[in-house]
Amino acid sequence: MAETVVFARPQALAPVTTHYCPGCTHGVIHRLVAEVLDELGLRERTVGIAPVGCSVLAYNYFATDFHEAAHGRAPAVATGIKRARPDLIVFAYQGDGDLASIGMAEIVHAANRGEKVTVVFVNNAIYGMTGGQMAPTTMPGQVATTCPLGRDVNLAGYPIRVAELLATLRTPAFVARAAVHTPLHAVTAKEMLRRAFRYQAEGTCFSLVEVLSTCPTNWGIPPVEATAWVEKNMVPYYPLGVFKTPDGPDRAPRPAPVVEA
Amino acid sequence: MAKKLMKGCEAIGEAAVKAGCKLFFGYPITPQNEIPEYMAHRLPQVGGTFVQAESEVAASNMIYGAAGSGERVFTSSSSPGISLMQEGISYIAGSELPVVIVNIMRAGPGLGGILPSQSDYFQATKGGGHGDYRLLVLAPWSVQEAADLVQDAFDLADFYRNPVMVLGDGLIGQMMEPVEFKPERTPCKPLAPKEWAATGCSGDRPTNIVNSLFLDPEVLERHNQKLKAKYDRMVRDEVRCASYGTDRPYDVLVVAYGTVARVSSTALDDLRGEGVDAALFRPITLFPFPHAELRAAAEKAQEVLVVELSTGQMIEDVRLALEGRKPIHFLGRQGGMLISPEAVAEKVKAIQASSAEVRRG
Ligand SMILES: Cc1ncc(C[n+]2csc(CCOP(=O)(O)OP(=O)(O)O)c2C)c(N)n1
Ligand code: SF4
Ligand SMILES: [Mg+2]
Repeated sequence: MAETVVFARPQALAPVTTHYCPGCTHGVIHRLVAEVLDELGLRERTVGIAPVGCSVLAYNYFATDFHEAAHGRAPAVATGIKRARPDLIVFAYQGDGDLASIGMAEIVHAANRGEKVTVVFVNNAIYGMTGGQMAPTTMPGQVATTCPLGRDVNLAGYPIRVAELLATLRTPAFVARAAVHTPLHAVTAKEMLRRAFRYQAEGTCFSLVEVLSTCPTNWGIPPVEATAWVEKNMVPYYPLGVFKTPDGPDRAPRPAPVVEA
Repeated sequence: MAKKLMKGCEAIGEAAVKAGCKLFFGYPITPQNEIPEYMAHRLPQVGGTFVQAESEVAASNMIYGAAGSGERVFTSSSSPGISLMQEGISYIAGSELPVVIVNIMRAGPGLGGILPSQSDYFQATKGGGHGDYRLLVLAPWSVQEAADLVQDAFDLADFYRNPVMVLGDGLIGQMMEPVEFKPERTPCKPLAPKEWAATGCSGDRPTNIVNSLFLDPEVLERHNQKLKAKYDRMVRDEVRCASYGTDRPYDVLVVAYGTVARVSSTALDDLRGEGVDAALFRPITLFPFPHAELRAAAEKAQEVLVVELSTGQMIEDVRLALEGRKPIHFLGRQGGMLISPEAVAEKVKAIQASSAEVRRG
């Protein structure tokens, strides 16, 4: 009987072991991105950008050319690469501290300029790499090392909903939020990533997929509980779905045309 | 090509285009706004791209990305903006990428003022950003030289895979002078294909990774030593300097760079009429600093005078070069105040007079 391959490593993933903790979904998200690059036939002209965060070594895990970025600056680096070589497929892979705290200016402006790049935004509600400090996305009441009594929204404000925030920009874009804590969610996440990369390949628009991710290590719970924590605590606050499409109805008010004085 | 009257900032922009640079990322700041403005209209004419970044932090990281793809890229700013660019510059140096950065210096610290200054000498030559790295720093004294050095800067950056800074003061950016661009320019260094660039990998080579992260200390130390070897090659091969009036005997050697050297040379012309013997030494590369050349020029002088638009920054390199061999005097203005040829001449005369008195005993 002939063997049928039902599961193999995507070509866009390097044959190496990652350093991610057990139960961390960074690895799942890497795989989904790699599968999409393979399926769309984009691997050979892709340049990825690794952030500063737990995925800082992403350049060792993808079998594509890669560029490092300083903390939060991946969208600026992506802009530089894409403007220099518009024929390349450029994606930035960023954590929530990276993108929504130190790099907020870079992401808002890259999105607003409509850079034809794709951002994979991994929201795990914590600073993973530095040991569990509060992120702009940390949930109200969630304990982190720099909010040991839980996030106090009177002092730290509410978690930033990045997808919703970027969706207010008038510039056409694809903005969505997905999760990967169950296989079904992962399938939907992959669909969104596929759309995001397709829009870029077609030269249509900026695209960003926010992916809710686990950090059992710094949440201080076992992996299985971490997936339940995503469902119970994150999904209600960070609703899943598509927030903006390049051809969809625009939520932002249409500005009046400039009138010569 | 005929000479054309150009403002320094415009000549710098045109020089970048002539050097084949088709990418500019920058953020407005006085007194260099004419550079991004020139690039914004000029680059589309040659099929290039101009991007107004949201900040200098972003601009420095945009040039990081663009350079990683192997294309020539350029940014310009002025002092406070250059401070914000230090993040990107350090990463670019660590990742060994070629970029050209123009700093049209204004007076600081802080927001300071918008008038000419040379107070970023330390920042340009001694690091600026974090980590053990060097920029190759070129300091023009005329608009023509600014145009020439900007073109050379691209070749030097490519050759060494290192950021090169062209350090001008506000005067260089704003003054108008005739400029000539050679129709057929040969690069000042041999240029190799950029096989290291991250441009997509079809699998016929290992993936290219543009990176400055080396978590293994032994590997990072080797990287640091490789960078050091590169800076040593610059010290050996790239020193540029000029001297004026050193073919005659002189008592006082004036050391100055950029437009201050220009002012000083006028002072020397005036002094010669009065029978005062002085000469000028002008570093053109601030890193690598022309230590040996300066030492040789100072050999023949009794006294050395350093003139700067700062409270004294280059003077530290002059002291290192001379190792206590000669008395070193200083004349400086700050805050955007300029130094006149008369002020330099007065200082030289005073130094010469007291020196002669000492020697008479
Ligand atoms: C300029 C700068 N500031 C701070 C740091 C330290 N730092 C490294 S990773 C990180 C947080 C990363 O968190 P996140 O982006 O959420 O990624 P995660 O590790 O959770 O995937 C910080 C603050 C740094 N490397 N650079
Ligand atoms: S610390 Fe958290 S985000 Fe980082 S690898 Fe471990 S589980 Fe993943
Ligand atoms: Mg995080």
